[in-house]
Amino acid sequence: MAGIPGPTGRAAATRRAHAFVQGLRSGDTFAHVATLLCAASILLVTVALVHQLFINSTSPIHKFGFRFLTGRTWDPVSGEFGALPFIYGTLVTSALALLVAVPLGVGAAIFLSELAPPRISNAMTFVIELLAAVPSVIYGLLGMFILVPFLRQYGEPFLKRTLGFLPLFQGPMYGVGMLAGGLILAIMVVPFIISLSREILMAVPVEQREAALGLGATKWESTWQVVVPYARIGILASVFLALGRALGETMAVTMVIGNDPRISASLFAPGYSIAAVIANEFTEATGNLYLQALIELGLVLFALTIVINGLARIVIISTAQKGSGH
Amino acid sequence: MLWRNYWRKFVNYFMFSMTGLCALATVGVLFFVLGYLVWHGGSSLSWAFLTHLPTPVGEAGGGMANAIVGTAKLLLLASAFGIPIGFLGGVYLAEFGGRLFPFVIRYTADLLNGVPSIVMGIFAYTIVVLPMKHFSTLAGGLALGVMMIPIAVRSTEEALRTVPLMLREGGLALGASKWRTIATVVVPAARKGIVTGIILDMARVAGETAPLLFTAFSNQFWSPGWNQPTASLPVMVYTYAISPYEDWHKQAWAAGLVLLTLVLVANVAARLFVSGRSAH
Repeated sequence: MAGIPGPTGRAAATRRAHAFVQGLRSGDTFAHVATLLCAASILLVTVALVHQLFINSTSPIHKFGFRFLTGRTWDPVSGEFGALPFIYGTLVTSALALLVAVPLGVGAAIFLSELAPPRISNAMTFVIELLAAVPSVIYGLLGMFILVPFLRQYGEPFLKRTLGFLPLFQGPMYGVGMLAGGLILAIMVVPFIISLSREILMAVPVEQREAALGLGATKWESTWQVVVPYARIGILASVFLALGRALGETMAVTMVIGNDPRISASLFAPGYSIAAVIANEFTEATGNLYLQALIELGLVLFALTIVINGLARIVIISTAQKGSGH
Repeated sequence: MLWRNYWRKFVNYFMFSMTGLCALATVGVLFFVLGYLVWHGGSSLSWAFLTHLPTPVGEAGGGMANAIVGTAKLLLLASAFGIPIGFLGGVYLAEFGGRLFPFVIRYTADLLNGVPSIVMGIFAYTIVVLPMKHFSTLAGGLALGVMMIPIAVRSTEEALRTVPLMLREGGLALGASKWRTIATVVVPAARKGIVTGIILDMARVAGETAPLLFTAFSNQFWSPGWNQPTASLPVMVYTYAISPYEDWHKQAWAAGLVLLTLVLVANVAARLFVSGRSAH
């Protein structure tokens, strides 16, 4: 915009100035600036969020440095803060959630987009979207009073009998633990996977299906070997979004994971997640270092989810641009 | 060859039945959740529950009137803060934006939307609770309000984008300025979509617990004004559920039922409102 010389430049500048005055008089400039500020508030909030998380966790960052992420001891009394058990718990429960939710969600999405008649598909999608709106504390309530007793009485003994040779399914069975956390997370993220995957599958051109069917493929072969591979990147993005949700999910996990900061191979064992420890200990944190260590955990969680969501959004944007041609 | 075809047909039917089961199982979860809450919470739900204050442990009766009012106040504050900013931001993205800046805003809004709600709680804690040195309705409302902005921006923008360009051109051709065209033609044409987005947004934050734990905190009594800790339904569900008392568990189920009803009714109403639009 800066100083273009010559008569054409000057004419353009005059025209711009004229338009500016006109805009000012009609109120357009004001409306433009006001809405711009509101839109920019999103950037402001994001910057302020990162800034606040940083300045309020300086003492543990200075004191522990990188050791904060690799330390296994979380002992507020002696002032020793290592976040590894929480990171481990968060990652294990999220991985378990995806292991259950991805087949279930993609399967349901295939049914809704390929097989179900439109009326049934729409009705079921409506219900699934409602499921996504159920508050997480409600899932926690059901997890605590239904899932945990069920796992303790039937689920975990069954797993121990059948798959007990794996270190994953050994040890005492409390009901609460990482298995319960992973399962409740799976139930919570399935709706996200279904509604996004369904949309992506439905956007696959009909010609793709017709070509496969015309070559003599069964409907399933056309779906599994043509439609799903065509939509794979979008489905992957939906899985990433679900992962982002699972990592940051707080209440439901807090209520069923057992809240014990240790690392054990068994899924039956109680664990702890980053979000859960913040929820449990924040109001009880005594001393500056303790509180700041919890805020630094928030920073770690923020970074994790930003990376995962950022990747998912990039994938969605790039596929949306590719698809906008037709 | 014949057997191979039978096998392929079998796989076809088998796999599609499995996908059907996946869908049924997921849909079944909602009915299970609803049914269980109505069954368990319904028996503890009474008029007193909606109009009385909580009683100490061991004392029968009592309700959560303060939590219901608290949730309403938090929502009001969050809406007063989040909706105008989100709405105007959405207007900017749809009507005024160029290319790069709106892209950055949109991307950031989606990222902000993915930030765990408990981190938003920490944010509100550091900017309101730390300086003021006590928990307050204000801090909780701010945490929820900030969470509302990105969704309000995106849903408003999407609603405005469905308005045909011709309407804008018509307004401008009649000599109206741009903002008048937006205010009197474009926004009214998209009002259903905008309202729906905002209701869904409010329903979402109404059920949030994590950002309130250390901002609005909780309270066994009424919380006058905006400057004191307040009870809210989601936090009550949580604290009552993890308590060791049988009475409180019952109250938690009842509070959960009230909360779920609130959220689901808002969702169904908003979505039916949209389908009413697409009918013509």
